[in-house]
Amino acid sequence: MLSQILFYFFAGVAIVSALMTVTRRNPVASALWLVGTFFALAAIYTLLGAFFIGIIQILVYAGAIMVLFLFVIMLLNLGNDFEPDFRGTVWKVMAAGSALVLLALLVRVVGGTESLLVATGGVDLVAAQVAEYGVVGAIGVPMFLDYVVPLQVTGLLLLVAVVGAVVLAKRDV
Amino acid sequence: MTLDFASQADYLLALLPEIVLSLWAMLVLMVDVFQKGNRVEASRPVVAWLSLAGLVVTAAANGWLLTIEEAAVTGMVAVDSFRVFVNFIVLIAAALAILISIGYLDRRGINRGEFYALLLFATVGMMLLGAARDLILLFLALELMSVALYVLVGFDRRDPRSSEGALKYFLLGSFSSGFLLYGIALVFGSARSTNLSAIVPLLPSLQESPMFLIGAGLLLVGLAFKVAVMPFHVWTPDAYDGAPTPVTALMATGVKAAAFAAFIRVFAVGFAGIYNEWSVVLSWLALLTMFGANLIALTQGSVKRMLAYSSIAHAGYLLVAVLAANAYGAAAFLFYLLVYTLMTAGAFGIVIANSRGANELNKLDDYAGFGWREPLLGAVFSIFLLSLAGFPLTGGFIGKLYILRSSLEAGNVELAVSLVLASVISYFYYLRVVVVMYMRPAPAEEANRTVLLTGPGQLAMSVSAVAVLALFFVPGWVLDVAQRSVASLFTVPGTFFGLGP
Repeated sequence: MLSQILFYFFAGVAIVSALMTVTRRNPVASALWLVGTFFALAAIYTLLGAFFIGIIQILVYAGAIMVLFLFVIMLLNLGNDFEPDFRGTVWKVMAAGSALVLLALLVRVVGGTESLLVATGGVDLVAAQVAEYGVVGAIGVPMFLDYVVPLQVTGLLLLVAVVGAVVLAKRDV
Repeated sequence: MTLDFASQADYLLALLPEIVLSLWAMLVLMVDVFQKGNRVEASRPVVAWLSLAGLVVTAAANGWLLTIEEAAVTGMVAVDSFRVFVNFIVLIAAALAILISIGYLDRRGINRGEFYALLLFATVGMMLLGAARDLILLFLALELMSVALYVLVGFDRRDPRSSEGALKYFLLGSFSSGFLLYGIALVFGSARSTNLSAIVPLLPSLQESPMFLIGAGLLLVGLAFKVAVMPFHVWTPDAYDGAPTPVTALMATGVKAAAFAAFIRVFAVGFAGIYNEWSVVLSWLALLTMFGANLIALTQGSVKRMLAYSSIAHAGYLLVAVLAANAYGAAAFLFYLLVYTLMTAGAFGIVIANSRGANELNKLDDYAGFGWREPLLGAVFSIFLLSLAGFPLTGGFIGKLYILRSSLEAGNVELAVSLVLASVISYFYYLRVVVVMYMRPAPAEEANRTVLLTGPGQLAMSVSAVAVLALFFVPGWVLDVAQRSVASLFTVPGTFFGLGP
């Protein structure tokens, strides 16, 4: 009962914040409302029992990425000229089209019969993994065992990105 | 030794060449920093030689890979001789790029150790790309290679053309990565695995699935961007033209080799079951590339740009080999890739030799009298150009002959005829350079122009030219090795190399 009340509360917060994000004219306000959306989503993840994803959502999205967004907006001093993003009919049609596709997807997910994840036993599989390794382990164990090579390559990729950024940005290397 | 990947430690052995080269690249980075300390100055020559030594050690580790085999073809990385062959081609391309960049970087004032380190990291990415049997690893390898190359293309920040090329390459490259990633997601969604060996048995049931076919199509687009097949080539001329020439050489050779190897591993081996679907698309792309690139190359006034379009045209020839879809075609593909790497890297080396300081405009007229002024390099350049055109007495002729034969054996007569016609078109612009080099007298003020290629670079070019000639006279040995290398691809259960279901 309590969790249901909490869910509807956070779901409402998420929807309202998301609406505010797209309707604010000031980009800084938009970004801050987006942070609110992320917090509400993190709460919903936590209610679903996915603590790890909830925490990651706050740490990575709300914490790191959005702060970076705000930095960029403020440093570049954007948002002083309010021009509509969608100029011209073509863009409007494309925007409406993508919105329709998303809506259709939503209807399919909510109203459709059994999803592929349920039909193929994916839910049970995830539950079994979580029961064996815990919430963090369900992600960590495959990452460090089955996918150890991609993990290491990702590390190498980040190193190259750092070296490259320094080479391109620093005045005298 | 047999690896079964039951323990993760097996990957240490299976990836030994890549691990060695990654560590060596970090070492190069460190050595450069410790030598320079806080001073702003050009890197010492030892950094370049250290990088070359790293490539040699990696080549040794790569050769050692032949002694180990895998118990099943389910691992994330393939341990087969196809990979070893591709690795050798990539390493040769990287070594040639380093050899021609000695001296060149100083002249442009961009001699920094990071250049070599990034070049080595890009090479690691290429090697992983040729080895990846899992789509996730394929994507990461592609990104590792691309990110290093974006930086290398824009390495000369003060040169607007270099920056422009880097930005174009970066934007379109990221765009194509999006295609690739979305394709991988759709394939994963329908096949429930990103491992090619797990997808292969499911192919008969996936053949009708629109989601899987769209995913495969997006994968094809993503890879076609990287190998610069028309109409996905728009970034190529500007990126090749703006990049420092050694980087251009690497992009035209190593990157193409690695991306084509991934093409073979994903489509010819992994998706062999839907050959009828992808071969139609790829045939049209090959036709468009062969004719389009050769016709545009005719109109180019700059030799560097002409070579960029020539490399696009060669992607079309290589596609014909992929489409031949028989073991002979795969062997012809490896053989041609080797010849192509030697002659293309060599041609770009001559472009460096004939540039004026940092100015690399390299108009066709700049080559007037080059053949008489520099007899050795002129002869070497002629060999490369004739080989690119596919003249007899050069390796390029034999390579094209093998591709033609495999294509005819597969029954792709139209593609074989098109290849010959496209080659005839290409004769014009390759031979035009040779004619200008020997028949047109050099302007008087040009008589004392020095060759801007250092000794090691000239030596490397000469050796490449000799190798291109040798591949005409004794092609059997290399073709034999290539054939044995692709034989290992047959071991994937349920597929015959490209022969369809």
